[in-house]
Amino acid sequence: MTAGGGATAIEARDVVLSFGETPALRGASLAVDEGEIVAIMGPSGSGKSTLLHCLAGILVPSGGEIRFEGGRVDQLGENERSVLRRDRFGFVFQFGQLVPELTAQENVALPLLLGGVRRGAAMATALPWFERLGLAGLERRRSGELSGGQAQRVALARGLVARPRVLFADEPTGALDSITGEQVMNLLVDSAHEQHTTVVLVTHEARVAAYADRQVIVRDGRVNALVSS
Amino acid sequence: MSVPLTLLGLLEREPSHGYDLKRDYDTFFNRGKPLPFGQVYATLGRLARDGKIVIGDVEPGVGPDRKRYVITDLGATEVDTWLTEPVEPEPNLQTVLFSKVVLALMLGRPAEEYLDTQRAAHLRRMQELTTVKRGGDLVDALLADHGLFHLEADLHWIDTTVVRLDALRTAVTA
Repeated sequence: MTAGGGATAIEARDVVLSFGETPALRGASLAVDEGEIVAIMGPSGSGKSTLLHCLAGILVPSGGEIRFEGGRVDQLGENERSVLRRDRFGFVFQFGQLVPELTAQENVALPLLLGGVRRGAAMATALPWFERLGLAGLERRRSGELSGGQAQRVALARGLVARPRVLFADEPTGALDSITGEQVMNLLVDSAHEQHTTVVLVTHEARVAAYADRQVIVRDGRVNALVSS
Repeated sequence: MSVPLTLLGLLEREPSHGYDLKRDYDTFFNRGKPLPFGQVYATLGRLARDGKIVIGDVEPGVGPDRKRYVITDLGATEVDTWLTEPVEPEPNLQTVLFSKVVLALMLGRPAEEYLDTQRAAHLRRMQELTTVKRGGDLVDALLADHGLFHLEADLHWIDTTVVRLDALRTAVTA
């Protein structure tokens, strides 16, 4: 299912995946348009995070297709998917998962460094994100010296610094209080719109999902569109 | 809470006397606040006047309880329309939603689909309020928050109810 707007950025078609004997996805289909923000909702264990991981090329489904800008992701080898994730995708997880040995600025610069950008250029590209996300002055702090909200904003900057085509966010506000969570979502939506980045957001919180252009619900491993009338 | 529509829904289940309607209404929809008999018969009178129900077999004796009320096609259509359409999202609508869910289960209708439709209506309203909040000042944001938190509470109730639909079906159709 698609919003019916622009070109499709990323798509799951009849995706099937089991963990051992336990089916997680049973023919899940979802198409997300370029620049669109889609929230995937659903009860615990419904398969919503598994679907996100399949779309992002972290997991490979046993059936169906994953397509990114028309090409098959599920047929790529591990190395090719790793390059795709590094160069074209960004990630934000529930707990920022910053590298504790690195400073905040080095954490933000990390995707660029891994992509072969020289350190000076990568750090220079990372710097404006601190002003932009209200983190000015925290550049040299390590993750243990940041509050939860600050760490998640650093993680958001890291997810967006390489201007990814798609940002995958898995419960990005799940560890934050409601006001801090709102700040993170405002920044996420504003930044994604500015960069025309497609966002696939997994959340169990309706107030977070309400920031998205469209919401779908995963139930029993399948995707249901939400139609209000 | 719509008394006429709920009584109509109970009549779609099966033709009933006024007493039976009142008993089921008090049991399932209005706990702790019984519906007065006068209101039951006044409502039934209006529904009959409007062609939504008719009086079926009249049993021997006197008094209103001798009458058995039967829903008409017009009444059944009205119940169907009411169940299918989402309720306008606003605070404190749980009682209406609850009535719809119970009646849907009693009538063998797709209660989960109705709840999905309601969830979508709620999320659409939450999107609107989030847009207001993001573009407005502090007062706008706080007013929007008031609505958002209430709508979110409704959604929690919808999610919980979906999980318990089978048990609720058993309870209300026993």
